[in-house]
Amino acid sequence: MKNNSSMSVFLKGILLENPVFVLVLGTCPTLAVTNSVIGAIGMGLAATAVLVCSNTVISLLRSIIPETVRIPCYIVVIAGFVTIVKMFMQAYLPSIYNLLGVYLDLITVNCIILGRAEMFAGKNTVSKSALDGLGMGIGFTIALLSMATIREILGEGTFAGMSVPFIKDYTIAFFTKAPGGLLVFGILIAVVNVITHGKAPYKKDFACEGCPNAAFCHSSGECANKEENK
Amino acid sequence: MSNKLNLSVSPHIHSKNSTSTIMRDVIIALLPAAVAGVVIFGLRALGVIAVCVAVAVISEYIFNYITKKEQTIGDLSAVVTGLLLALNLPANTPLWQAAIGSIFAIIVVKCLFGGIGCNIVNPAITARVFMLIAFTNLSSAAFPTLVDTVAGATPLAILKDGGLVSIESLVFGTIGGAIGETCKIALVLGGIYLLVRRVITWHIPIIYITTTFIFTFILQDFDILQSLSFTLSGGLILGAFFMATDYVTSPATKWGKVIFAVGAGLLTVVIRTWGSYPEGVSFAILLMNILNPYICSWTPRKLFGGKGK
Repeated sequence: MKNNSSMSVFLKGILLENPVFVLVLGTCPTLAVTNSVIGAIGMGLAATAVLVCSNTVISLLRSIIPETVRIPCYIVVIAGFVTIVKMFMQAYLPSIYNLLGVYLDLITVNCIILGRAEMFAGKNTVSKSALDGLGMGIGFTIALLSMATIREILGEGTFAGMSVPFIKDYTIAFFTKAPGGLLVFGILIAVVNVITHGKAPYKKDFACEGCPNAAFCHSSGECANKEENK
Repeated sequence: MSNKLNLSVSPHIHSKNSTSTIMRDVIIALLPAAVAGVVIFGLRALGVIAVCVAVAVISEYIFNYITKKEQTIGDLSAVVTGLLLALNLPANTPLWQAAIGSIFAIIVVKCLFGGIGCNIVNPAITARVFMLIAFTNLSSAAFPTLVDTVAGATPLAILKDGGLVSIESLVFGTIGGAIGETCKIALVLGGIYLLVRRVITWHIPIIYITTTFIFTFILQDFDILQSLSFTLSGGLILGAFFMATDYVTSPATKWGKVIFAVGAGLLTVVIRTWGSYPEGVSFAILLMNILNPYICSWTPRKLFGGKGK
């Protein structure tokens, strides 16, 4: 937050402010699509495309959008790009389109995209917003890919559909199911916490901007003050 | 960590009990059931027990070594976890699956939460539930090699379909099921040993089993034989004496224990009757483990010399 050079804007999304493992946003698609590597890559790239485009456009429009109705405006922009990406995938990547199903439409309400619009694109320049979108998108893709790799190899003995020798005979179906997803998710959050020990921003550093509920919160600004008083 | 078990504030009454002596008592109490399991199901059962215990101890040693923590394998708690897990598995469990269950119990459930005394749920129960979800082949339980039985379902599955199982075979354990859960005589013997040694109090096991019996009795249209068969089937006796009484994950006060046991009993019958799994003991104990902090806060310990409410 303090260092705002273009490079750090781009890089922070990958590890220090990783949307999945540090900000813990976009949990629903994370758990839903990571039982296959192909699905995870498809989801990650689709979300990255939407994120870069929506961040750019929202940043361009940030002086026109009235403060009070900004969330609906953001949603309209995001939904527009999701529709484009969805049609594109339906035309050129039908297998991934079928694999992801309803989760492609749900990118619209993915809190990573809305969160970045609210936290970053709504108050930064166009180039930085696009870079932020790209960094966050890549961070999201890496997170999905690492989870999907663990879950698919342990759960089905395959990696992106190719069978892995030896492990193939010793699969644990638990990992392809929802509880296995939560377990891997929790362990990876712990691992990222160890790697970024003390460097990752804490919740209060984001104050209300980082909170997905900020737009609807009745006591906005109060929790940040409470943290400081402690 | 000190090996002495100081539970409350002063005045401390010194007791010779330590974690390792208590765990040693639990192992002694489990031995009859383990021996009965090996006799009933053959040497394959011994293999499962050996793998579970060895892997549990080794994984705790390796975890403590890597994280540079004080070695805790000496307190025998890992042996108890491995033994309990093995007794909850059918004798035909593939050995690699038993090993993975043991690793899960020790590393994920126990060590990641801070080791002995810090786990929020019972490691053996959680690993058993994990294995039930993870390996679908486990639901078909092993059958005794000692007697010729017609291949078929476990007693609970038979009872659920309206069949009958003789009380005699339920008591002596010559029926299908997990290694340690079938021979009720050995389990009760071990339970009595624990009660006599004051390792556990009577509240949880007796109330748990009684609640299950009464609730089943009502649901079975007051058929005493049928509800007795239900109570003696599955892992109820093993769970009630050895798993529900885990110090870490069950309440410390008398009324807390009563609430815990009644809740576990009701949940067991609910899962057995209306759930998709035939057995509900492990799920019931796991759920009550998770509720344990709330039960403890409802039933606070009265401070010595302090004023009542």
